[in-house]
Amino acid sequence: MSKTINNKIFARLIDTGAYQKLLAFASLIMLLIGFSIASPNFMQISNMLAILQATSVNGVLAIAATLVIITGGIDLSVGTLMTFCAVIAGVVLTNFGMPLPIGIIAAIGAGALCGLCSGSFVAKMKIPPFIATLGMMLILKGMSLVISGTRPIYFNDTPGFDEISRGSLIGEIFPILPIPNGVLILFLVAIFVAYILNMTLLGRYTYALGSNEESVRLSGVNTDAWKMAVYALAGGICGIAGILIASRLNSAQPALGLGYELEAIAAVVIGGTSLSGGRGTIMGTLIGALIMSVLINGLRVLSVAQEWQTVVTGIIIILAVYADMMRRKKS
Amino acid sequence: MDFIVKMLNIEKHFPGVHALKDAHFDLMAGEVHALMGENGAGKSTLMKILSGIYDKDSGEIYIEDARVNIKSPRQAQDLGIGIIHQELSLMKDLTAAQNIFIGREPLLKFGRLDENALNQKTAIIFKSMNLSLSPKVIVESLTIAKQQMVEIAKAISNNSKILIMDEPTAALNDAEIDELFIIINRLKKEGVAIIYISHKMDEIKRITDRVTIMRDGGYIDTLTTSDTSIKEIIAMMVGREITDEAITIPDLSNAKTALEVKRLNRKNEIKDVSFSLKYGEILGFAGLMGAGRTEVARAIFGADPLDSGEVMVHGKKCNIKSPSDAVKAGIGYLSEDRKHFGVAVNMDVRANITMASLDRYINKLSILNEKEMRDISRDYIEQLSILTPSDKQEVRFLSGGNQQKIVIAKWLLRDCDILIFDEPTRGIDVGAKSEIYKLLKKLASQGRAIIVISSELPEIMKLSHRIAVMCEGKLTGILPGGSTTSQEDIMHLATQRTAAMTPMEVE
Repeated sequence: MSKTINNKIFARLIDTGAYQKLLAFASLIMLLIGFSIASPNFMQISNMLAILQATSVNGVLAIAATLVIITGGIDLSVGTLMTFCAVIAGVVLTNFGMPLPIGIIAAIGAGALCGLCSGSFVAKMKIPPFIATLGMMLILKGMSLVISGTRPIYFNDTPGFDEISRGSLIGEIFPILPIPNGVLILFLVAIFVAYILNMTLLGRYTYALGSNEESVRLSGVNTDAWKMAVYALAGGICGIAGILIASRLNSAQPALGLGYELEAIAAVVIGGTSLSGGRGTIMGTLIGALIMSVLINGLRVLSVAQEWQTVVTGIIIILAVYADMMRRKKS
Repeated sequence: MDFIVKMLNIEKHFPGVHALKDAHFDLMAGEVHALMGENGAGKSTLMKILSGIYDKDSGEIYIEDARVNIKSPRQAQDLGIGIIHQELSLMKDLTAAQNIFIGREPLLKFGRLDENALNQKTAIIFKSMNLSLSPKVIVESLTIAKQQMVEIAKAISNNSKILIMDEPTAALNDAEIDELFIIINRLKKEGVAIIYISHKMDEIKRITDRVTIMRDGGYIDTLTTSDTSIKEIIAMMVGREITDEAITIPDLSNAKTALEVKRLNRKNEIKDVSFSLKYGEILGFAGLMGAGRTEVARAIFGADPLDSGEVMVHGKKCNIKSPSDAVKAGIGYLSEDRKHFGVAVNMDVRANITMASLDRYINKLSILNEKEMRDISRDYIEQLSILTPSDKQEVRFLSGGNQQKIVIAKWLLRDCDILIFDEPTRGIDVGAKSEIYKLLKKLASQGRAIIVISSELPEIMKLSHRIAVMCEGKLTGILPGGSTTSQEDIMHLATQRTAAMTPMEVE
């Protein structure tokens, strides 16, 4: 009996993607060890902090993408939505001269609103998520340029704006651990979303939608509304990413953003979230985002040319998905 | 009599189809009411209207004498109507408890889920069903029978007064069906009215009080089950009496062996399966859903890799690694899922018939010879009496029976003399079924070797010269066809597995 229970626990581990998360975590550790051996410059506190800082924006975006992917959809607009929200923050803070909190609220609100739009294209107009968010991606890219007049907006008039990402609250309390606020925000967002996914109705329906949408609908759940809510939440999180990147650059760069969605989706996939929906975790996505940053940083430390870094990233994505397919075939 | 449901003059049109014509239905509290009819008779449409999935065009629905207008599944739930769908509609990544309470999750403050209450409530329901299942088990890891039990638990948890069961026993073995009937009887005593849709006549006799028959979207009659014979019911469903020819088993002692399978193994799906098949023979494969019959067929056809075992075709060892190897060896496989694997529904009849043999109809420049393809297609349309306005008709406009014949034509044209039919009459109505049967018998008498996999025992009994029975991946026995073998003999071999619930007596 106890043996069957053990088997069940093991089967469940494999079933829920924990296996790949384990695999992803092991890969991360191996990457860290490998790069440390290859280069003495890698395992330095300053370099580790740089990796974490580099992960913060992509990590937050990947968390947004995870939400949509668990519903069985995909969000290609996370990158340009991030830029759009940064530009909105720029307009509100620099052009209108509003106080900082209003700028932050405006950016997150704009993100949620755009997410709601994507969500309604998908849920109400029944446009496939790939197409709906592809359209949204281009609309937002264009709108960012239009609103900003194709020029960067600087935040020099808003004191403390760059502190949002680059400052370190933790460092002020524990001077030996100057973890940047951007990273702190990434972890707060991760905890918040993990909480929503695991503990709330919205989270339950996020998984249920990806698992069998028709059956959720037939259970009397207003699937359209919940789906729109998921996209809106993802959009709001993109708004947070927008603030983070604007703060890091101390400016809103309207031409930036394209390509970020692919890195985010790659992190999600490496983290073991199934592209067909129904399963996935924030922990996995965080590990996925870290793997990508460590990889890029490590290759850079080893002076590998940037073009090759991109090639390696591509290979990693294919290997990660292949591992996922193998796991599925077995179970 | 007090009616809990009354449906009057229900009309429903779909694009191009008049699905319900002046349909009627009534249901009394505490009865089990069978709804019978061929596929396309309108049973499912009527029930989907009652459960709020479709909206009716016109007509009246009364629930306990109050006129209602059911607009959504949610509203139907609130009126106490629960439906257990034919295709299991669970969310496989969620737990049993999460599935049962989907849409009605108990909440704590701030929209937090009350996971403890969820699991406790589910445990109570499982206990009342005498079902030994953990509320926290992930649904995907359950057998189909247990998933069915979770579906039923979901309906029960809703305090449904009206329960619609659409072919609930399709995936269950005998013991599990008994358990289901115990639950149905208990619900009945509690005053729940049950609408029972099934094609299994013996179940209708066993469990239902009244039966309503529908045909072509219209209402035919409602009768007391105990006063009505199965033959009468079928006659009303079909509009005529169907006579079955008795099966004659040909003498195959001199026939050559077409296919020999030795100690086939694949994961947990196929365990040590060996059998042989002669030219001119129809070998039936009986068993419950998930017994491994389709898996054996797919393995022989090269669609799934084998772990061990060998396949000999025409007396020669054949290393079949892919479906294209199998087709080269002369094996054709007609999938149970015609729409996905059998026909290309958006292409025309000609394209479908010639699909597997296109290399014969091209010239040196790889240009297709449409004229020859037309001629050969018309040939087969005539031979197999396929009902189609022309060979250029798109296949999706044809009935299931005619689609099946097109798949048969495809493999015949490819010169396949070993044909594996997986559920050849699924989704095909009673009239067209007997035509497919005739065709299969004709193909065998022409010397082709045929395997028929079917979940319907009458079909197996009607067709098979020999009957192979499978259970949980094992071939549990091969029985002779014809009158010497009874359905009970087959079921005995097909149900050697553990039941989903602990058995319990009906009080």
